[in-house]
Amino acid sequence: MQSNSSLRTPLSRVRGLGSAKSGTGHFWLQRMTAVSNLVLTLIFLGIVIALAGKPYPAALAILSHPLVAILMLLFVVSGCVHMRIGMQVIIEDYVHGEGAKIAAVMANTFFAIAVGAACAYAVLKLSFGG
Amino acid sequence: MAEIKQAARPLSPHLQIYRWSWTMAMSIAHRATGVALYAGTVLIAAWLVAAASGPAAFDTAQAIAGSWFGRLVLFGYSFVLLHHMAGGLRHFVWDMGKGFDPQTRMNLAKYSVVFSGGLTLLVWIVALAVR
Repeated sequence: MQSNSSLRTPLSRVRGLGSAKSGTGHFWLQRMTAVSNLVLTLIFLGIVIALAGKPYPAALAILSHPLVAILMLLFVVSGCVHMRIGMQVIIEDYVHGEGAKIAAVMANTFFAIAVGAACAYAVLKLSFGG
Repeated sequence: MAEIKQAARPLSPHLQIYRWSWTMAMSIAHRATGVALYAGTVLIAAWLVAAASGPAAFDTAQAIAGSWFGRLVLFGYSFVLLHHMAGGLRHFVWDMGKGFDPQTRMNLAKYSVVFSGGLTLLVWIVALAVR
C-alpha cells in the first residue's frame, strides 16, 4: 500500500490526464491521422500519377486547382502530425539518456514542422499563382 | 520515474535470440517503413518546392524523378508507403479487438506483404498506362 502524499486517491488521478498531462491523446491522434492518411495518401498517389511526365504549364494547372491544393494541404498536415508522433514513440523506445531524449524529441518536432511548412508554403504558392 | 542503473545485469532476449516469424518481421517492417517515410518527406518537400520555384527547377525535379534511378527510388518509396499502409490496416483490425488468434495473426502478417506488393504493382501499371 502506497502512502498518499496528497488527499487525491490513485483512482481520481487515473481519471484525470495522468503524470504526462496528456493521457491517451497521442495514441488517439495517431489513429485519427492514420485514418485520414489512408484516404489522403491514395489521393496523393493519384495526383502524383496525374503529374508524371507533364510539362510545367500542365502540372501547374493541376496543382493550382483549389480542390487539389486543399487535399494536398490536408495530406501534408495529416502526414506530418502522424510521423511526428510515430518518431517520438521510437525515440522514447530507444533513447534512454534524459538529455539526449529531450533533444531528440525536440529535433523531431522541429523536423516535422519544417517539412510541413515547406510543403504547405509550396502548395499555397502554386495555388495562388505559381 | 527513476533512471535505470547501469549494472552488469542480464538483458532480456532480443532480436538475435528469437526465431524469426512473420509477425515479428512485419512488426519490425512497420517501424522501419515508418522511419523511411519520415525521411522520404524531404523528397516530397523538395519536389513541391521545386514546382513552386518555377519551370526550370520543376523540369530538373521531373527529370531526376523520371530517370532510371529516380524511378527505382520512387518504386521503393511507393512500396514502403503502401506497406506501411497495410501495417496500419492490420493495426486497425487489432484495435477493434479482433485477429489475435495465432492463425489470423500469422495470415494478417503474411498477406500484408502480398497486399502491399500487389497494390504497388497496380499503382505502377496505372501510372505507366495513363502517361
